[in-house]
Formats: sequence, C-alpha cells, structure tokens
Amino acid sequence: MTNFEYAPAPESRSIVDIKPKYGLFIDGEFVEPLSDDFFETINPANEEHLSYVANAGDADVDAAVRAAQRAFTKWSKLPGSERAKYLYRIARIMQERAREFAVLETLDNGKPIKESRDVDVPLVAAHFFHHAGWADKLEFAGYGKNPRPIGVAGQVIPWNFPLLMLAWKVAPALACGNTVVLKPAETTPLTALLFAEVCQQAGLPRGVVNIVTGAGATGAAVVAHPGVDKVAFTGSTAVGKSIASAVAGTKKRLTLELGGKGANIVFDDAPIDQAIEGIINGIFFNQGHVCCAGSRLLVQESVAEEVMDRLKHRLTTLRVGDPMDKNTDVGAINSRAQLERIRALADSGDVEGATRWSAPGELPQKGFWFAPTVFTNVTEAHRIAREEIFGPVLSVVTFRTPAEALEKANNTPYGLSAGIWSEKGSRIHAMADGLRAGVIWANAFNKFDPASPFGGYKESGYGREGGRAGLASYLQQEKS
Amino acid sequence: MTTAVHLSPSDLTEARRDEASLRAFLHQLPGVDKVGLEARAAALGTRSIKNEAKAAFIDVAIRMVDLTTLEGADTPGKVQALCAKAITPDPLDSTVPQVAAVCVYGDRVGDAVAALGNSGIHVAAVATAFPSGRASLKVKLMDTKDAVDAGAHEIDMVIDRGAFLSGRIGQVFDEIVAVKEACGDAHLKVILETGELATHDNIKKASWLAMLAGADFIKTSTGKVNPAATAPVVLQMLEACRDWKRVTGQYMGMKPAGGIRTTKDALKMLVLVHETVGDEWLNPDLFRIGASTLLNDLLMQRQKMRDGHYSGPRYVTND
Repeated sequence: MTNFEYAPAPESRSIVDIKPKYGLFIDGEFVEPLSDDFFETINPANEEHLSYVANAGDADVDAAVRAAQRAFTKWSKLPGSERAKYLYRIARIMQERAREFAVLETLDNGKPIKESRDVDVPLVAAHFFHHAGWADKLEFAGYGKNPRPIGVAGQVIPWNFPLLMLAWKVAPALACGNTVVLKPAETTPLTALLFAEVCQQAGLPRGVVNIVTGAGATGAAVVAHPGVDKVAFTGSTAVGKSIASAVAGTKKRLTLELGGKGANIVFDDAPIDQAIEGIINGIFFNQGHVCCAGSRLLVQESVAEEVMDRLKHRLTTLRVGDPMDKNTDVGAINSRAQLERIRALADSGDVEGATRWSAPGELPQKGFWFAPTVFTNVTEAHRIAREEIFGPVLSVVTFRTPAEALEKANNTPYGLSAGIWSEKGSRIHAMADGLRAGVIWANAFNKFDPASPFGGYKESGYGREGGRAGLASYLQQEKS
Repeated sequence: MTTAVHLSPSDLTEARRDEASLRAFLHQLPGVDKVGLEARAAALGTRSIKNEAKAAFIDVAIRMVDLTTLEGADTPGKVQALCAKAITPDPLDSTVPQVAAVCVYGDRVGDAVAALGNSGIHVAAVATAFPSGRASLKVKLMDTKDAVDAGAHEIDMVIDRGAFLSGRIGQVFDEIVAVKEACGDAHLKVILETGELATHDNIKKASWLAMLAGADFIKTSTGKVNPAATAPVVLQMLEACRDWKRVTGQYMGMKPAGGIRTTKDALKMLVLVHETVGDEWLNPDLFRIGASTLLNDLLMQRQKMRDGHYSGPRYVTND
C-alpha cells in the first residue's frame, strides 16, 4: 500500500499585520526612539526579513522609567478589584487574538505553530486570568494585612518563550500594583510589541506597561536605572551574574531565573511508552530552548539499552521543518549565534569521546537548523553533561541505584528542574525529597500552570514566578 | 532493532506454560501512565490532514471498514442491503473502493456469504455469546463453529471480562485458545471490551494475553459498551501490536470498533497507525475499523473532496 505523507498544512501568515518599523511603547503610545537607531528582526526558519525595531538608548529607557514612575502613583492606589478588571480584559483579548499571537510568535521565534498555538498563547491567557484573580485578594496571600507594591519593575526577558515570559513578568507585577518597563529579547521583540497594542485595546492607563526594545545594552540600562525598584531577569546564568553585581548595594529587589541542566530520571519500572514521550518532550520541546529542559537523561542501567532503542525509533518519527506547518514537531533554532553555540558544544561532545546520534532526515537549506541529537557514552566530566546547551541535544548517563541517580542528578551547578519516571509512588517521593531542583515532575515533564511556582536553586537563580509564592517578588513584605 | 522490555520469544513460550507463568509475565509488563497516554493521543489528534493526504486517507479508511450490523432486528433483507453497500459503497462513483468485510451475527452469516458472492469481501461473525460472553465454553465453541460452517472468514470473539477482572486469567487464555482452534482457517479477532476493563494497565495485560493466546487481531470493543475505541485505548493497543512485532517478528492486527462515526474520527485512527506502528499497518490485513454509520460520512467527505462542496445525506444510501 502507498506511503502516507501528511500534505503541507501551513498556518496562514496573513492573519498578522507586521509593520515595517516599530517604535518604543512608552507612556501608552508608540514613540520614535530618541536614539534614532533601529535593528532588524528576522524569521529564523528562513532568514527572511520581518521588520525593523527600535534600539532604545539610555534616554529612551529613562523616558520609559519616568513614565512608569508617574503611572505608579495612581495605579498602585487603585483598588485591587479595579486592577483585576484590566487583567481580565487583557486575558480575554489574548484569547480573542490567540491565533494572531501564535502566528507572530512562530514567525519571530521559529518554534512550531502547534506549540505557540497549544502551549504558549493559552498559558499566557491563563497567567493573566490567574493573576487577575489575585489582584483583590493580596491581603490573603500570606504577606501581611496590607501588602504594598514595590514600585517600578524593570523586567528583562529571553527569546525562548517571548510572550509567555512577558506574561510571567507583567501579570504578577500589575496584579500587585507595580508598573513595568519591559525589555524583550533582541531576536524576538514582535509579540511584545503586539502586546503593547493589547494594552491600548484594554484601556490600560498610560505608563503602567512600557516596552523598550533593544539588545544587551538596553537591558543593562533598564537594570541600572536608579528609578527602577525591582529587577526581574530571565536568561543566561552569565548575564544573571552580571545583573546581580550591578544591582548589589542598591535598593533594588532582584529575582533571577537562569539556566539549567535538568535531569530526567528513568527507573526500570517506568511506564515505558510515556517515559519515552517524556524524554522527548523534556529536551526537544521548543527545540530544547527551555531553561528547565530535561537535557540530561539519567536512565537505570538495566533498561538503558531498551530505552535508547525505543527513543531512537521514536525520534525517527519526529517531524522537523517549517514551523508554520501545523504538523511540525520541531522548529528552527532561534538565531545563528545560538546555532553556533549548540554546534560548538555538540562538537565538544565528539572530541571528548561521547557518541553522537542524530535523527535522520533533511534539514531545510535556509534558516537555522539542528537535528534532534542524542549523545550516549557521556561521562559526568563531559562539557555536554555539565553546560547548558539550550538546544535539541540530549546527554544520556546511566545509573544503578536510586542513591546514584540522586547523586548524579544533583551533581551540577544548576538546580532548576528534574523529572522522575517510576510507577512506584514511594520512590518518586523519596527522589523528589532529595533532588535540589525548583521544579520536579513525576511521570511528566515541561508541564506549566500559573498556580505552580517556578524557579531554581543554586546557579539557576532565586525567586519564584507563579502562584502565591510568585507574588512575593512583587510585594513589599511588611510586618502584618 | 531488538527487544521490548527484556523480552525474547522464549519468554512468550514460557508465559504460555501455565496460569502462574502467564500471571508473572503480565505482571512484569511496564505500566501505563494514564495522563501521559492521553496527552500523546491528544497531541496526535491535532495532526492536520488536508488535500491529497485527506483524499488518500479517506480511501484507505474505506478499505479498512468492517461494515457492521449487530441488531436484534437484523433480517436477511437488511444484511443483503448492507452487502450491496459493501461491494458498491457509492453507486454513483465506481472509483470508491470496497470495504474489507461485513460483520454480522452468526445466524446471518449465510445471508452475507450469499450476497457478497465472489466480491472478495470477507464475512466476519461475532461469536462466543457476543456481546456479554456470558455462556459456557461449550456454547461459545458451538457458536463459533456454527459461524465458521456457515462460511465466515473471520470470527470476532469476546473475552470473558468477568473472569479477567476476578483474576482467572488462565480461563480467559484457555477460552481464546479453544476458540482459535474452533476457527480453523478463519481469522480470529479478540474483543477486549476495553470499556469494561476500565484501566489502561488492564487493557495492556488483556492485549498481551490475547496475543499470546493466538489472536490474529486484537479489537477494542463490542460497540455495545461505552467508552469504546477512544484514541488513548487505540494508541496503547497499537503499541502492544508494535511491541509484539518487535519480539516475535510477526504482525498483529488491530481493530478499533465502537464510537467511530465521522471521517475525522477515522482519520485520527489512521494517524495513530501511521505514527505508532507505521504504514505497513495501513492495510486491511492488519487494521480494520468496525463501524456502521462511519462509511456514509466517509462517502460524503469523499464527494466533497471530489466536487468541492457538500452533497448531504440524501446522496448516500441509508441501509
């Protein structure tokens, strides 16, 4: 019988209107940058030009912070129920314009449309809904009878989940009565700029949300501005450390959500087919551009051969290609720079003696692509077992006992996430108890919910985002 | 590629030795995580099948239909009409392929055999006190032989769910072996009635039990119990077929039945096949869809693909 191929099922690009050029969103409107400087943003799947975006200079950042300071006076004094109305409105608009946001996110980021459509954008709406609910209940959150906002939050976010990280930062800040200056990532500014339109559409008071686009220097200016009361950063550990130094000794509060090298631990009694899916979801979801990715597979030696066999077999069915195709599982690497970093680290795996296996299949000629890759014969000392690759590369290590699994899982400077696969509840609890990781999944991986706090141990950062715990980052905790 | 959970063909021989061995074998099978299984099935449910792929999939689905009538009110006339439809699903379009089989109760097998003539379409008979299976083994075997003697090419038997749920798995196994024997050359589909087994672990064990006992096909449901052929259940049974092939080198057939009414439902089934066991199974010898009303929806969708607009239920035959 014939071979079956899914016909191309591309999502329509025409649903989204990308402007030729974007200014900065300051004090409720789009303005030309004082810097008069613009940079290009492209589609990483085919390197096609998308738009020009303002590169905010110090004076622009200053204008944004001042607008946020002015807005804070009124916004912070609004009753929580009034702030909630704006957040609910934003959440509903996000749902109404979900398809538009999903398409734009995929164009600018390279992630598959099925992920932006089914994961990113629904979670964004969920985050605004969740925090809208908190806005008038902060006195019951356990942070005193009259918890006060901090002031102006300077927020710098990464390119892997551009819109979702915006929601994680903006929703709690606003719910708690703060105002915001947000700096999206250089390579993925477009959905943040579309979100600015949503703020206008929702009638959000001027200056409550300000969005300044740019590269590292813009982010540094936001962090360094004396008018910023709270800094929230998600990104690499290296940048996180420099931010921590910059903020040290100032009045500024700081939360950091940094890198990770998550262990996905598969025991011999794991539900095997679901564990395979969990391994794949852990490291190939969003091309592995996930700070909490399960980039280290720790598999019990007695089932290692079996797991690898099934994993490779399953990887041959992963569909890598056009992110706009609804049937694509793995999309494009976000930038040339990131692709080069992934290549360099993968090459170090070859040099250091690990065994590389990549899923067969041709990659597109244009754009930035890296085939889903698994390294076996990895030792704890290899760079690919220690450094965050932030790409679709899995390092496999075996273990013999739960104690050894725990030892290996915790033997990392990071501590963001871990997964445990076992049908035995008591073992799951014992492992979770011993793992030094902020988020631990049992028989699941990369599941997110706005009610569940997210954050790390050790070099993965500090502070939590989401749920009751996440509110602490945006409230002054005075004595009750 | 080797292995499924440290299994080898000799393990299967050992499992067949006695009830204790069978129990030990089924017990060591890896468990099924419900949440993860459902998530995977749901993810595959979002595959978008358009244009030429959809046209091709619709024709494959038609070829895999076991066109079914299992009513107390079935008459020779009703079976005749169904057989005519099986041979010529769309009287106005000769390019529509035939279905795989017509599925009837045992006493209607003769009518179906006569009506289908040398069309090549198989006659499948439900047997073994379908749908409940609540009868003695003697009656079940008589039921089976009766259908085979009347010319049935395929027997769709039900397992004894009561025995399975009370732990008498040896009895379930022995019954399947005996029915298989009674089938002679007829192919045996073993209906697990997944809706009554309730848990995914049970469904996995029952799948392996049926495969070990000699099933040619494992089949989800009778169609008389809800839930029936849900996507997670079909997915896990396909995984069992895939693992069976890995251990034994032999193909195992799979038949979802019950609740598959629309083209969309059927295409989702084919996606599960395509991505779990592979395209070798997109073949009526290895995959069937048990359904009564599905065929008309497939025909309407086919007409729409051909004509560019819906025709409506008046343009397909009601049987």
